[in-house]
Amino acid sequence: MTEPVTDPLTPVLTKRWTEPDAWSIETYRRLGGYTALPKALRASPEQLVALVKDSGLRGRGGAGFPAGVKWSFMPKDEDKPHYLVVNADEGEPGTCKDIPLMMADPHSLIEGCVIAAYAMRSHRCFIYVRGEALHCYRRLHNAVREAHAAGFLGENVLGTGFDIEITVHAGAGAYICGEETALLDSLEGRRGQPRLKPPFPAAAGLYAQPTTVNNVETIASVPFIVNAGSAWFKRMGREKSPGPKIFSLSGHVEKPGQYEAPMGTTLRQLLDLAGGMKDGIPLKFWTPGGSSTPMFTAEHLDVPLDFEGAVEAGSILGTTALQIFNETVSVPWAVMKWTQFYEHESCGKCTPCREGTFWLAKVLERMVDGHGTEEDIDTMLDVCDNIFGRSFCALGDGAVSPIQSGIKYFRDEFLALCEQNKAERELAGARA
Amino acid sequence: MTTVEETTQTPVPEGHVRLTIDGREVIAPKGELIIRTAEREGIEIPRFCDHPLLDPAAACRQCLVEVEMNGRAMPKPQPACAITISDGMVVHTQHGSEVARKAQEGVMELLLINHPLDCPICDKGGECPLQNQALRHGRAESRFRDQKRTFTKPIEVSKQVLLDRERCVLCQRCTRFSAEIAGDPFIELLERGAHQQIGTAKTADAEGWGAVTPQGQPYQSYFSGNAIQICPVGALTSAAYRFRSRPFDLVSAPSVCEHCSSGCAERTDFRRGKVMRKLAGEDPEVNEEWICDKGRFAFRYVTADDRITRPLVRENGKLREASWTEALRIAADRLAEARDNGGVGVLPGGRLTVEDAYAYAKFARISLHTNDIDFRARPHSAEELDFLTTNVLGTTPEDGVTFTGLERANTVLCVALEPEEEAPAVFLRLRKAARKAGTKVVHIGQFSTPAVDKTFGTLLACIPGEETNAVLGLREHAADVYAQLGEGGVILLGERAAEVPGLLSTVAGLARETGAQLAWIPRRAGERGALEAGALPTLLPGGRRVDDTEARAEVAAAWGLEALPELAGKDASAILTAAANGKLHGLVLGGVDPDDLPNPELAREALARAEFVVSLELRRTAVTEYADVVLPVAAAVEKSGTYLNWEGRPRPFDIAIENTGILSDCRVLDTLAVEMDTDLFTQTPQAALADLDRLGTVEPPVAQPGWTIEFEGEGPPKSPLRHGKARLATWHRLLDNGSLQDNEPHLAQTARETVVKLSTATAQGIGVGAGDPVVVSTHQGRIELPAEIADLPDGVVWLPANSGPSTVRASLGVGHGDLVDVRAGGGE
Repeated sequence: MTEPVTDPLTPVLTKRWTEPDAWSIETYRRLGGYTALPKALRASPEQLVALVKDSGLRGRGGAGFPAGVKWSFMPKDEDKPHYLVVNADEGEPGTCKDIPLMMADPHSLIEGCVIAAYAMRSHRCFIYVRGEALHCYRRLHNAVREAHAAGFLGENVLGTGFDIEITVHAGAGAYICGEETALLDSLEGRRGQPRLKPPFPAAAGLYAQPTTVNNVETIASVPFIVNAGSAWFKRMGREKSPGPKIFSLSGHVEKPGQYEAPMGTTLRQLLDLAGGMKDGIPLKFWTPGGSSTPMFTAEHLDVPLDFEGAVEAGSILGTTALQIFNETVSVPWAVMKWTQFYEHESCGKCTPCREGTFWLAKVLERMVDGHGTEEDIDTMLDVCDNIFGRSFCALGDGAVSPIQSGIKYFRDEFLALCEQNKAERELAGARA
Repeated sequence: MTTVEETTQTPVPEGHVRLTIDGREVIAPKGELIIRTAEREGIEIPRFCDHPLLDPAAACRQCLVEVEMNGRAMPKPQPACAITISDGMVVHTQHGSEVARKAQEGVMELLLINHPLDCPICDKGGECPLQNQALRHGRAESRFRDQKRTFTKPIEVSKQVLLDRERCVLCQRCTRFSAEIAGDPFIELLERGAHQQIGTAKTADAEGWGAVTPQGQPYQSYFSGNAIQICPVGALTSAAYRFRSRPFDLVSAPSVCEHCSSGCAERTDFRRGKVMRKLAGEDPEVNEEWICDKGRFAFRYVTADDRITRPLVRENGKLREASWTEALRIAADRLAEARDNGGVGVLPGGRLTVEDAYAYAKFARISLHTNDIDFRARPHSAEELDFLTTNVLGTTPEDGVTFTGLERANTVLCVALEPEEEAPAVFLRLRKAARKAGTKVVHIGQFSTPAVDKTFGTLLACIPGEETNAVLGLREHAADVYAQLGEGGVILLGERAAEVPGLLSTVAGLARETGAQLAWIPRRAGERGALEAGALPTLLPGGRRVDDTEARAEVAAAWGLEALPELAGKDASAILTAAANGKLHGLVLGGVDPDDLPNPELAREALARAEFVVSLELRRTAVTEYADVVLPVAAAVEKSGTYLNWEGRPRPFDIAIENTGILSDCRVLDTLAVEMDTDLFTQTPQAALADLDRLGTVEPPVAQPGWTIEFEGEGPPKSPLRHGKARLATWHRLLDNGSLQDNEPHLAQTARETVVKLSTATAQGIGVGAGDPVVVSTHQGRIELPAEIADLPDGVVWLPANSGPSTVRASLGVGHGDLVDVRAGGGE
């Protein structure tokens, strides 16, 4: 195996972002864009699936499922229409990687879509964009028009006989529609709630036809793999989680933003890139991949941020949305805010998530308001236990992460809120 | 996981798998859901969203169990309602797994945090799955200390269905029922998270979300009561039953629906001699677990104020109460007199049990010496009589079309039948067949009714009255349908087929030609039974023909008589004509409404002219206005008996409300016959049925080519809408002015809108748009209704037969296929 890249920065997906008019097809082509497509169309779909499999590219939406394996689930025949759906419903708190990518370099996604569609024998691709990201929606529409005009989309792409259309669709403002089956329901015009599986999308997805749903970053990585090969891709990152990754740093850092680095980069390294903690106030806690991933503390500065590393340290990689909080932030307060988000975004389909997030938010609000009890902490943990792994989809699991990890690392802060309450109550009792 | 010795294992039958549930080895059919297999083994896993007839949702998460597959435990507890069993699977339910037990207890606690726990004032209390399962599987006390989410108390999902959102556990059984089984939209989940709720476009409007939902479309369904019945909490209640009684105060009796020819199984719940509610009974062969709203809610006609409980006799032009002895004496004497002077005709009506119909059939022959008897209180024809004799008589579920058979048919052709309006259980089966088995449903009718859409059907539209030509044209114009009929097809015919000359014979011919199975689905519950019981002018009980000397002799011998009247009798129309002309002197009528008869005017004339009229009735009606003697009879819940449904399947039921002192028709006729010195041996329904059974049935006559009237096509349909004339299409709606729906205001409000339907071109032809008043008239009268544009053929108008002001027979004196005048209304 070739020597792994250890450079802190690996601008691959982001390499064009700072160019003037980075989003235009001219810039994209000037900087090597649409060179992978002709190569891909000369290969067979099977070869492309094998290439992506071999590259070890794992889904960038959070779950990390090997992309090539997912593609290989699509039927080999074309009895039914096949669909490629790109999940651009980026809504995880703290996550900001797909929207900047689509803003700055939409053609890399489009080129990836055409290649992926070809590899999966699909002639219709949908990009489901988070409804709030109107600017992004417009930019994608424009990019699709440009690609069409240039012959990269439409009938008989580059004279190869391959037909492909891309439809850019805006969501209507529901976090749950980032769940792939809820996204499909929403795309079909229904109420976005997750579907019962099986059937899995590869068997019966959009309009009950074979469908693959991939994250933006996953698909945008594909042209680079086609151009540079799987060995090149595997040189970056770690054995089981190869490739570059866009880490979005937000919160109390000097220079928040997107940093593309190999999988397995640590927060310590990323903080160096981002100019360190804001105003030098020490780090207190952070999330490795959005609020749905159990939080880390300063102890975890050297945890390699890849799928395995995060899990070994007791969290998950998620979307590599690093929300960084310094010592001025109250953990119970932050946990309450996150929990309110999940309460608001729970789709309501299943009992544990619908009722549980409602209950947890109530308890946390009361606690932050100074009316909690120690018993509440244990109740919350038990309610979390009754939600985690019991809900219909992963939203419920994500919703309890901040609470479970918050209490795990900062139980004292929760207790302190209750102590204060206890003291006040005793005082009130004495006065009476 | 324990390994069982290979040698000691019982073999697994084909299509089955072996699994372990709570340490017990189970062999069960492949593809079954864990929850079902466990239940059969006596292990009840709690559940809310699961329903055996609905697709799995796995939403409530109450049925979580631990599952091991291929020797590996699945990391999370799994919903038993959504996981199919597989070979070698190991399941640990709440009985064998602490994880499952805690998961279930946790979900139950979560379900209750926002539930009002108002069991003491909830209709469901005492029969509530939430209450029962919370006691069995829940924690003794909740740890929830905060404020519950509240909603405004009940909102109207429809005029009949009320929703208390606080009680709802969002299992989605109601929305899934409506979407999957009934196919009625506009009841859906709204909002999300803890604010998620069941609602309709109307309730959304009320909440001020009108901007984000389609506005104004109400939830309209003929099956809404089922959603109430399957609600596992007290969230859905009916306006009719709400706060009426507690389940533990009710006495339940299994019963059979009296409203249509499907014969749905029901449960009648009553208290102190009054029916409080009806629920769907379970019969997989017939109605599965569903009934229509008419069957469920229309029962208060029994307790109407004008119910007749004592015999009445006419004195000085007025009816007065009389003793049974007096009334029977007068009836017997005067009927004998009328019989001997000119004869008596018998019109038993179409709503009788087999036993009661048999009593009428026997009474006509023995006591009145006549074959002038006809149960068909509706348009009918000699052709129909012939069709019924050769194609319907004697068919049974063993050799004929059945509900379950519809699911196996590749194609079902509905001719002159509107299944959702006329036989709702048939409609549900057709929808299920189309949804689950891919059965193709084809309707020969006039427009795309909701049933056409909901059975994923194809409409072959034709001019009303031209159905015969449409059927004749199938081979040429719908060759695919014609071909499919030959490959396991079924043809269903409705009662209005009798109004179209040649249609019944043509369809019979089509069935013979293609080999398709044929079934006749009358609208009324008693028609099929009355056919077998011989309540027809040409038929004796058990399928014997009046013109068959041997058959006549056989019946005469069985009845202990020397001979039976030889002459074929008159049909209903002929009976009424004869009475109106003074040729028949007496009439005996069961449940008959003159306005249902082909010529209501003639019927009234006949009633007025007849020397003596005896009416066996529940309530004061148009017939009792003319009757000289009225004998009260029992309603369905007050008697026992048997309906024969359209499949020919006996649907016996026992008496629900006892000791009312009201007698069934067969008993009244038996006593009347005794007064006339004849014996019917129909003192009780049991005796009547035994008597009929002793007689036995004969092989139904085999339909032979040439034996039926072969219809010759009349050529292309006549050009419609000339000089303001249009062809009328009309049929009965499920919920209409029918007297068995009286006293049910909530039900009545769920009826479909009373409109006149016509095509865009027809509407333009008379200068009206949607919603504008249109007048449909004949020389006899007029009906004015708002217009609704539909995909009817041009020159055709459709009116509901008997809804609100649209009383077609009574007001216009015409029927399906007749010519009417159409013009814009609102003028005078």
